[in-house]
Amino acid sequence: MGGHSSETVPARTGFMGWLNKRLPVDAFVKGSMTEYYAPKNFNIWYFFGSLALLVLVMQLITGVFLTMHYKVGEATAFDSVEYIMREVPYGWLLRYLHSTGASAFFIVVYLHMFRAMLYGSYKAPRELLWLFGMVIYLALMAEAFMGYVLPWGNMSFWGAQVIVNLFGTIPVIGPGLVEWIRGDYGIADATLNRFFSLHVVAVPLVLLLLVALHLVALHETGSNNPDGVEIKDNKDAKGNPVDGIAFHPYYTIKDVFGVGVFLTLFCIVVFFIPTFGGIFLEKPNFEVANAMSTPDHIAPVWYFTPFYAILRAVPDQQLGALAMALSLVCLVLLPWLDRAPVRSIRYRGWMWKTALTLFVISFVTLGYLGLMPPSPLYTTLARICSVVYFAFFVLMPIYTRLDPVKPVPTRLTYDHE
Amino acid sequence: MSTRITRRRSGFSVRLLAPLLLAPLMLAPAAMAAEAEGHGGEPAHVNWQDWKANNQIGDQASLQRGAANFANYCASCHSLKYLRYERMAKDLGIPDDLLRKNLMPDGAKPTDYMMVNFPKADAEAWFGKLPPDLSLITRSKGSDYVFQFLKGFYVDESTATKSNNLALPGAAMPAVLSELEGVKRAVFAEHGTVGGHGGGPVVERFDEVAAGSLSPEKYDAFVRDTVNYLSYAGEPSQLQRGALGIWVVLFLLVFTGFAWLLKREYWRDVH
Repeated sequence: MGGHSSETVPARTGFMGWLNKRLPVDAFVKGSMTEYYAPKNFNIWYFFGSLALLVLVMQLITGVFLTMHYKVGEATAFDSVEYIMREVPYGWLLRYLHSTGASAFFIVVYLHMFRAMLYGSYKAPRELLWLFGMVIYLALMAEAFMGYVLPWGNMSFWGAQVIVNLFGTIPVIGPGLVEWIRGDYGIADATLNRFFSLHVVAVPLVLLLLVALHLVALHETGSNNPDGVEIKDNKDAKGNPVDGIAFHPYYTIKDVFGVGVFLTLFCIVVFFIPTFGGIFLEKPNFEVANAMSTPDHIAPVWYFTPFYAILRAVPDQQLGALAMALSLVCLVLLPWLDRAPVRSIRYRGWMWKTALTLFVISFVTLGYLGLMPPSPLYTTLARICSVVYFAFFVLMPIYTRLDPVKPVPTRLTYDHE
Repeated sequence: MSTRITRRRSGFSVRLLAPLLLAPLMLAPAAMAAEAEGHGGEPAHVNWQDWKANNQIGDQASLQRGAANFANYCASCHSLKYLRYERMAKDLGIPDDLLRKNLMPDGAKPTDYMMVNFPKADAEAWFGKLPPDLSLITRSKGSDYVFQFLKGFYVDESTATKSNNLALPGAAMPAVLSELEGVKRAVFAEHGTVGGHGGGPVVERFDEVAAGSLSPEKYDAFVRDTVNYLSYAGEPSQLQRGALGIWVVLFLLVFTGFAWLLKREYWRDVH
């Protein structure tokens, strides 16, 4: 990464010398760590990328150990999860780390995405970086959804029923497609088995590949920053950005601090409130899957609820599914919808600030409404918020052009404490 | 000293865990008090939907009493199929001899899961269904629900069991704890439901039909202990995770403090 050739690395002797002739270890460390320059004015919003990577690794490791004890199959899955919770030494810890990790993953990813919106990190030349990120997000949704089915609780079963049936609303191919996904005429053993395969093998591989691409693309363009100023435009005599600092040690050390804060909060949840009041682990999922008994209120886990609320806000199921799909497509198209000449919210005008505020309010409200059983008031609210959600994207090419922006400084702003 | 209780419907008799159960059994029968509460000018009603278990998982004596309650009143019909006798005794600080003597059915081994030898045909003839396993009842329904259920039985001549339940209308389970609680009749309000109380039927008051062997307060305590035990059975690890969690979080706080100092030191040369 970073395009440093091995010629710029001082020759070493001994084992490292031997190794470097065969594997560009030093060149890689220089190119992507010690001589990879990042803007020095990163704020708190810039912790969430490295935290997402941390959670990914944690999910992979806890997942490997859970897979050693989990027994896929409709007759064994639920019992094996309780076996993990009770009989496997520290199995409860593995399981809570993994289940809390799923929610933590979405928390850090949502904050990471919001950071990109605050500072225009998706704007040229970082559109592809955003696209890779969005595909990671979609893969993560698939991963989380299939993972939620594995304990084979009643919410696993009925959640899978609702989500998989959404594909049935696609014209012509829908019904056949649903059957192909399920591998049966209903959510059944075959569905559970293939979701297990996809959850532990296929999607994690895709995620790792996409994360690698996301990082390569990041190191090619360099990080954006809270000012939205390109640090590469101001270089010193050696060709290094004046406002840049080496990623290692400065940001690695800073990220260790961020990891400490994150893990403290994370472990408070894992050890003291692992179900998070029924939000991270839903109550009906402590009953085994039962096709004869529908839970009173089927709600997806919190991280899907904004989109679920949009789905429910539309009276027609087919159009609702379409609206839900479009709500994700809108996010993907963000780099091309935003026509503002500046990146950072610091130099944007009132229009963007108002629009972004309304968007956040509508997204959070939709998330809340998606958790709640429907009521006439809630449905009206969900419709208003859905309109705001789509208006934010659809009108974006207009208001971002009209928005009175402020002049952007040539150097980034940094207050040394 | 040991007390012996023969269960009314049990297939086996269980000698009680004497020190654990003495207190509730020594009590004189007390009259059921009507639990009606009046609010100003509103018609009085019983807010049974607001009854809270308020059980404390850290209260080992309560868990031990709950284990005895369960063994004596629940275990001949309801299994705890994910819990082993031995594990329970270890977690709850119950000595092996007391476990074998008082909390296990004849013929069971300490390493056995808490199963029920309930002939399926009998169950279906008596209740229309098998009594459910209660391993995860507090996790799927909540501790408060179980508390409300165990206090929610009332006389209903129209059902096969001659009783019904506020928390689970049409419950197949008979009011097996009525010898402790007493028998009560629920007087329902004529008008529908009260908002903000889950929309269930509005109970104006309970009328006592027969007194039980426990006072209302002692019966509440009996139910609370039992719910506490079921909460433990739903997640035995909750006894460990708090104890381990404190040290993990303390370590992370210290670690984060040092990480901050290290960051500040490194960042001194960033201007």
